[in-house]
Amino acid sequence: MSERNFMKLEFASRSENEGFARVTVAAFVSQLDPTLDELTDLKTVVSEAVTNAIIHGYNNRPDGTVTIVAEMDGDTVYLTIEDQGEGIDDLELAKQPLYTSKPELERSGMGFTIMENFMDEIEISTAVGIGTKIKMKKRIESKKALFN
Amino acid sequence: MSLHIELEQHRKALIVRLKGELDHHTADAVKTRMEDALLKGNTTHIILSLKDLSFMDSSGLGVILGRYKQITARGGKMVVCDVNPSVYRLFEMSGLFKILSIQDNERQALTSLEVVS
Repeated sequence: MSERNFMKLEFASRSENEGFARVTVAAFVSQLDPTLDELTDLKTVVSEAVTNAIIHGYNNRPDGTVTIVAEMDGDTVYLTIEDQGEGIDDLELAKQPLYTSKPELERSGMGFTIMENFMDEIEISTAVGIGTKIKMKKRIESKKALFN
Repeated sequence: MSLHIELEQHRKALIVRLKGELDHHTADAVKTRMEDALLKGNTTHIILSLKDLSFMDSSGLGVILGRYKQITARGGKMVVCDVNPSVYRLFEMSGLFKILSIQDNERQALTSLEVVS
């Protein structure tokens, strides 16, 4: 029997929605009884991906849409964060630690590094002028999840 | 999500207490408030006191790194204190601990700066 559960969230590309997005995902994922560290990891990666969509995808324009799908299957969380923004021209360069395409905005260039470190798997698909989709996966290793 | 920024000048050190969540949305306010304080006060060093910072992401690293560059350009130091484990991990991952010094609390941060100044 499948344990699959999911939710979908769509919101405007405004920075005030970054907190809303990570707290909402955390509330949904709480059903798996994650540890505080696991929950912080998930909140942080949501924050990174949503911030990237707003700053880079939509160039800080508030009229874009960011979509998050969060899924749980057994003890595993799947997150998909998507925008229909500018896309990433050079993905390998963008993934380099400390690289930023917007140094004037005081970006640390750590977004993708954090996503790669905090999640078990990450898959990025992007096309210039079409948008970016980030799919990530993390196993929740709490006791309750193990007994599912 | 909100962030409360409290500034206190202690001799030549600017103590910055951040309470709440530091992300892209709240980072601009941190930049503006700290830059204003650096322009006005007689500040040589910055102490970032992060006891009540419940969340931070890479936007926080960016704004901290920006102020680090500002204060070191005028010959000062930046010290962070009261860092919780999740924020600590981000500092570690980004290599910020190679350039910032870390202390347990504000008193020790002040002591460490008075020794060097």
